[in-house]
Amino acid sequence: MSGQPMTKTADMAAFDRRNADWYIDKLVQVLVFIGGISAIIFVVGIFAFVTKEGFGFILDRFDFQEFFTSPYWYPADEDAPEYGILALIAGTASVTGLAMLVAIPFSLGTAVYIAEFASGKTRETLKVLVELLAAIPSVVWGFIGLSIMNPLIIELFDVPVGLNVLNAGIILGLMAAPIMTSIAEDALKAVPDRYREAAEAMGATRWQVIYKTVLPAAKNGLLGAVLLGVGRGFGETMAVLMATGHSINMPGSVFDSVRALTATIAAELGETAVGSDHYQVLFTIGIFLFLITFVINLTADLIVRGIRKG
Amino acid sequence: MVASIQGAAIPPAAQTEQAPVKLEVRDLTIRYGNQPALSNVSLDIREHEIFGIIGPANAGKTSFLKTVNRMNTFNANMHVDGEILFNGLDVRHLKNVYALRSRIGVVFPLPVGLPMTVYDNVALAPRLSGIKDKADLDIIVERCLGRAALWDEVKDRLDSLGSLLSGGQQQRLTIARALSQEPEVLMLDEFSIAVDPVTTMRIEDVLKELKEEMTIILVTNLVQQARRLAGRTAFFLNGECVEIGETEDLFTGEIKDRRTRDYVEGRFG
Repeated sequence: MSGQPMTKTADMAAFDRRNADWYIDKLVQVLVFIGGISAIIFVVGIFAFVTKEGFGFILDRFDFQEFFTSPYWYPADEDAPEYGILALIAGTASVTGLAMLVAIPFSLGTAVYIAEFASGKTRETLKVLVELLAAIPSVVWGFIGLSIMNPLIIELFDVPVGLNVLNAGIILGLMAAPIMTSIAEDALKAVPDRYREAAEAMGATRWQVIYKTVLPAAKNGLLGAVLLGVGRGFGETMAVLMATGHSINMPGSVFDSVRALTATIAAELGETAVGSDHYQVLFTIGIFLFLITFVINLTADLIVRGIRKG
Repeated sequence: MVASIQGAAIPPAAQTEQAPVKLEVRDLTIRYGNQPALSNVSLDIREHEIFGIIGPANAGKTSFLKTVNRMNTFNANMHVDGEILFNGLDVRHLKNVYALRSRIGVVFPLPVGLPMTVYDNVALAPRLSGIKDKADLDIIVERCLGRAALWDEVKDRLDSLGSLLSGGQQQRLTIARALSQEPEVLMLDEFSIAVDPVTTMRIEDVLKELKEEMTIILVTNLVQQARRLAGRTAFFLNGECVEIGETEDLFTGEIKDRRTRDYVEGRFG
């Protein structure tokens, strides 16, 4: 090695020596790890808190069958309280289902238009507008449901009450659409242009290109957008509280008033004594909502993985 | 000057033998999971030579390059056994893999113009290593772009996006970027795949000159490119190193293995 120039010897040592850059790299890795882990810790912490508050009820008086199959929710009855959430589940599910019927065509249509057809100024304007819509507070949507949709539904369909599944479903659908549009558009934009070029080069029309090439390639992102909308529907509270009519009902038609799981917690938690059965059963509903969201996300994850493998 | 460089393609054997070993590979075996990619390869690459590696797809050429500067750490599924000594140090046990990578430049098959200006593309690595002075950076950028035969074409638009250059220009930009840290070894992985023949010839001329300053490992599936550039060449086939020798020998007869002749004469692959 004596014949080697000095620089080479110095270089050789450098590979085997940890310099400032190396330590900074390790430090950043540790910080990022802490950041990533803390998100998980917070979620686990919240779940633990909710579980703790609702746990006494689950242990002592929880009747699985009553809880999930009885439509009677009279938690405030002093003599014989009943804790059946079937009507609440039906309320949430019917509103969310209708909302998705509204939101999916609207949001995917808008996303396809913005990503594939619009250009220049039109496109930029639309994107800004969509993002603006996504920022409207939910209480404002609830207000629209209460003061505009309500009389409109009464007049159009000749029904006594306009605060019902239809009202809340449309409001919730319009509410979820912008954010779903945003995610779906990102997914479409992420499809490389060479896919479009390759398909167009074979004589495919624009719609054929979109239908046969772009949409399948963006499948994961689009599914993510839809599931985000479903999650939003289950979790939304204020607009649903205002637009559903907030009365306990097994919905027979879209013109029935219903009550949602989330709205029940929001409306009743403030009026219960801390630690009482009523208080604890509301937390049990919280656990249930938590689990539903978890299952939705898990399903989305498994589907996406399945798509990747296939 | 030019004559001596071209003459080096058919060197006096003794001269090559005397150059110190830059990269010493012993019993290198690479697996992806249970799938072997390369088995028991041993070879020496000497300073200031262009060492060619030829072979069809799935021969293990790219996997070989990945192990040299430890890019295998990006792939948890990739297992490496055996020794790779760089300047006499085993790269698998080096404490600072980043310092190692900064001394070994890599050019990938498809050009990668990073989404920043032409100038910033070339100045990136020097800046990372702490050079801040604009005048120093100007010198490095001009010299590297010049050595990659790109300076004349881009000197008036150093501020335009590197990712907007043409394919051939981007590949030369990639080479300029690889040169910006004065690497000791330059590894090229089928660099001419997305480049037109004229640009390919220009890059090949550049490589012949760069050989004076560094060691070059040229992975290619163009047999004639290896013949034009490499002093010695290894033939990889299905994870096996079939033959290593003076490049001309592979073409002119002194071949030990029949598969090598079939390949270089274009009978398969």
